[in-house]
Amino acid sequence: MREGKRDADNEAALTGGRHGNLVELHGVTFGYGMRCVLDGVTLRFRRGCVTAIMGPSGTGKTTLLRLIGGQLKADRGQVLVAGQDVGRLDREALYELRKRMGVLFQSGALFTGLDVFDNVAFPLREHTRLPESMIRDLVLMKLQAVGLRGARHLMPGELSGGMARRVALARAIALDPMVIMYDEPFTGQDPITLGVIMKLIRLLNDSLGLTSIIVSHDVQEVAAISDYVYLLSGGRVVAEGTPRALRETASPWARQFLGGLPDGPVPFHYPAPDYAADLLAG
Amino acid sequence: MPARGDAGRDASVPSLAWLRRLGRRVLAFCSRLGRANLFILRVLAGMPSVIPRFHLVMAQIYHVGVLSLAIIVFSALNVGMVLGLQMYNTLVNFDAESALGPVVALSLVRELGPVVAALLFAGRAGSALTAEIGLMKATEQLSSMEMMAVDPVRRIVAPRLLAGVLAMPLLAIIFCAVGIGGGYFVGVGLLGVDEGAFWSQMQDQVDWSEDVVNGIIKSVVFGVVVTWIAVFEGYESEPTAEGVSRATTRSVVYASLAVLFLDFVLTALMFGAF
Repeated sequence: MREGKRDADNEAALTGGRHGNLVELHGVTFGYGMRCVLDGVTLRFRRGCVTAIMGPSGTGKTTLLRLIGGQLKADRGQVLVAGQDVGRLDREALYELRKRMGVLFQSGALFTGLDVFDNVAFPLREHTRLPESMIRDLVLMKLQAVGLRGARHLMPGELSGGMARRVALARAIALDPMVIMYDEPFTGQDPITLGVIMKLIRLLNDSLGLTSIIVSHDVQEVAAISDYVYLLSGGRVVAEGTPRALRETASPWARQFLGGLPDGPVPFHYPAPDYAADLLAG
Repeated sequence: MPARGDAGRDASVPSLAWLRRLGRRVLAFCSRLGRANLFILRVLAGMPSVIPRFHLVMAQIYHVGVLSLAIIVFSALNVGMVLGLQMYNTLVNFDAESALGPVVALSLVRELGPVVAALLFAGRAGSALTAEIGLMKATEQLSSMEMMAVDPVRRIVAPRLLAGVLAMPLLAIIFCAVGIGGGYFVGVGLLGVDEGAFWSQMQDQVDWSEDVVNGIIKSVVFGVVVTWIAVFEGYESEPTAEGVSRATTRSVVYASLAVLFLDFVLTALMFGAF
């Protein structure tokens, strides 16, 4: 019921009107050397929505996040964040823009030499001149939001994988960003941690008015919390829509991916000569 | 049967392949050297932002300097004692054992102090710097820092480079002092060299500007080179466990070779009579 309402709201938002696009990619092409990873991809991320990019490994999902964050530059096309062309920004302007972006890396990427408190305080100390007492309050508020206020004295090596990601999430929202990007946030998590992270992504998005971009290949989890989903394969968008709309898609590739089917447009067997002929050849 | 021309062409293929490989290696070396130079320029450009946050440098001086003290002191003591023993055995043949003090001091201040301290520094602190920065890269800590609008070259690399450059001469001075102590212990304490002659001849023959200052200049140059190689190798390492381990090995090997080569160049410039 709630998901249906969200789908309806989202359809309205996507077809016009009350929300604008915070992040847009127009005809983006990118490759590593001779290997083309993204081939003329156009994506739009609505303000206030949780948008997921899904697809098999190696299809350029993380590359997309790096393009949005300005760590990579598109070979062709445009990446717009809050109306600014990321590829044309100079270093100062790019760093100013990044202060309003949060990224949750797959590994958490916590600074191993700092404890939980100092990790979350890091962006505040680097970019603000707030007194230490105020930094303390802000850090405790962010840690409270992810349920780890009591773990503030622990070192990253003492945290479980799920806890490390929650601390990284607290650090990512420390400067109250406008957009937050999650790189495979569900990979390798136990069911309880998975539930916690899913809840946090949706809750923080709605309560802090964020725009969230999730890169993942965990179909069920993404479908449960996303407003809109792009399916990527071979460097192109092969399907897009609300999670409900995608379930009814006619695309055989999308059906195979979303259903987790072992054979289909993506074959089970790696290309090989005829099986019988191969056996007899020996 | 191939024609003569074909046979000649076939015979030339291996030599061309060898030349191609050599060319590729030379180009790769030049490219890496160029990247290392651009990298140090980037670090130097970020240096002014480090000065107001000197506590970052102090923390690194502790890591690369204070934590290297134990091996520096232990090595210096042994080098000094060996030097005292060997020199005594030679000098005593000429009834010149009273010259033990200046011989030990000059050997340490001009050569062994800066060089051995730099080699130990490369093995202990240089490898640690490469591994630390390499692991930060492999675990996406540097990427996350960049995405937080914090330049890792200014925040991570620059304080470490400055700390290495400051710590290296201090370690070399400590090495020389402890080494002289080791020579004194063996020469005066165990072998009976006159204490007054040991110190007074040392004071008379060791020149402040020619010997001590040149030794310090050497150690500063070694500090720059060893730390530069260490941070560059860490920053350029392949972000995998194997990549970090290879970078750490390269860091120690390149730094050691660079120290020995530069020692000859500096010695020739400072003391050479070419």
